[in-house]
Amino acid sequence: MKVAIIGVGLTKFGELWDSSFSQIFVEAGINALKDANIEGKDLEAIFVGNMSGGRFVDQEHVSGLIADHAGLNPLPSTRIEAACASGGLALRQGIMSILSGFHDVVVAGGVEKMTDVLTGQTTHTLATAADSEWETFLGTTFPGLYAMMARKHMEEFGTTREQMAMVAVKNHANARHNPYAQYPFEITVDDVLNSPMVADPLRLLDCSPITDGAACVILASEKRAKEFTDSPVYITGSGQASGTISLHSRKRLSVVDSTINASREAYKRAGLGPKDIQVAEVHDAFTIGEILGIEGLGFVEIGAGGKATEDGITQIGGKIPVNTSGGLKAKGHPVGATGVAQAVEITLQLRGEAKGRQTDADIGLTHNVGGSGGTAVVHTYEKG
Amino acid sequence: MGSNIPRFWRNLKSRYNLIGTKCANCKEIHFPPRHFCPKCRRLSKLEDFKLEGRGKIETYTVIHTPMDGFEGQIPYVLAIVKMPEGPRLTTQIVDCEIEEVKIGMKVKSVFRKIQEDGEAGLIHYGYKFKPA
Ligand SMILES: [Zn+2]
Repeated sequence: MKVAIIGVGLTKFGELWDSSFSQIFVEAGINALKDANIEGKDLEAIFVGNMSGGRFVDQEHVSGLIADHAGLNPLPSTRIEAACASGGLALRQGIMSILSGFHDVVVAGGVEKMTDVLTGQTTHTLATAADSEWETFLGTTFPGLYAMMARKHMEEFGTTREQMAMVAVKNHANARHNPYAQYPFEITVDDVLNSPMVADPLRLLDCSPITDGAACVILASEKRAKEFTDSPVYITGSGQASGTISLHSRKRLSVVDSTINASREAYKRAGLGPKDIQVAEVHDAFTIGEILGIEGLGFVEIGAGGKATEDGITQIGGKIPVNTSGGLKAKGHPVGATGVAQAVEITLQLRGEAKGRQTDADIGLTHNVGGSGGTAVVHTYEKG
Repeated sequence: MGSNIPRFWRNLKSRYNLIGTKCANCKEIHFPPRHFCPKCRRLSKLEDFKLEGRGKIETYTVIHTPMDGFEGQIPYVLAIVKMPEGPRLTTQIVDCEIEEVKIGMKVKSVFRKIQEDGEAGLIHYGYKFKPA
């Protein structure tokens, strides 16, 4: 399969108190159209990932709101929701609309505005990604689920507290070179280990922040892409899988099956394997998430993710640089936008426009997870 | 957010008495209860099955940053408990010092208050587990 990315756009990630929900989506969309050097009238459809407009900004019917505020009526506009994987799924829906022959040029974006409510409600809203009746009702928070996976991983494979901290240290170092990042500053392992406890063993600096932000990509069919650019980046593989919504129902608590299954599909469609990937954006909502991610994607053996991080293979300059953007941890994690923002970063990397964080890569991958693994979506990218 | 009563009473049987389901076709026991056996699908024959309320902690965490409704309980231990009948469940661990909680620890169920819904004035009860 081959679908081109002909333009990418982001907003600054962070606490965007002066901007409204629809405003940030439109800003990312305009940036993507400018980057593609096309006009709104060239678009045929809108796909938007959004986890919880309803709880974060009292706004449902997000698809309608956005099409109107972007001045894109009467284009068909569709919202896609799968918690933190909403953006990755919106991208996939856009891709499928093109591969089906239904459309030739579409925008796939994601948006979340998380700082309009108080922290307790944000924590509650994020926890709705878990099973509301059998996890959340009993006091389960979202960091709590990843904390339980982390403790199991430590017990089963000997992963250390320091190795998890190294994920955050690396991603913060990468974010220094990303002008869109929420936290573009360095931290140390000690900073992580001395930050306030959130859900033992995970501390504040193991967790991605609460973020406002939006991201958009313009997708085009292979046939039409050449009209717009000489050097498109192609999406060559796409995979999506579901897993049990509750962590307690998994076969194993230290492995995310949906990541394994989604990556297998993406690799198969692309005719690639994990060894071919040269740069990746991996879902590090929590530091342990990146370790689980690089294992599930096959970059390292199951259980070897902590050691691999310590050995530096995921650093820029290492064998497989992971989260050059700063990841969810330091770039920020506006949940509905994240999956699309990952595609933006890989596009910049393959175009050679990633400046201070540039890697030498022709093939990249993105990995976006919803909840504790109820949904996973993986895409592969190749330089045109 | 305010919730209506039926949202809670339909689960009371399971939350109060640990009633799960057993598939008469494949003999698998589920908790939380299922309305459809994922293994047998259309051949599933589900009946109520009461769990004994014993098990071992497979993993756990201590929650320090709570969500709305749990502010008064922090820090509290949340665990995934594996029951000998087969399924696992997520539960709070109570009646012990946080430092005593370990992976592999034997626990048994107790009936406790889970949370108070401020707006609706509802008090929710259900299972928690304590050292056996
Ligand atoms: Zn069955």
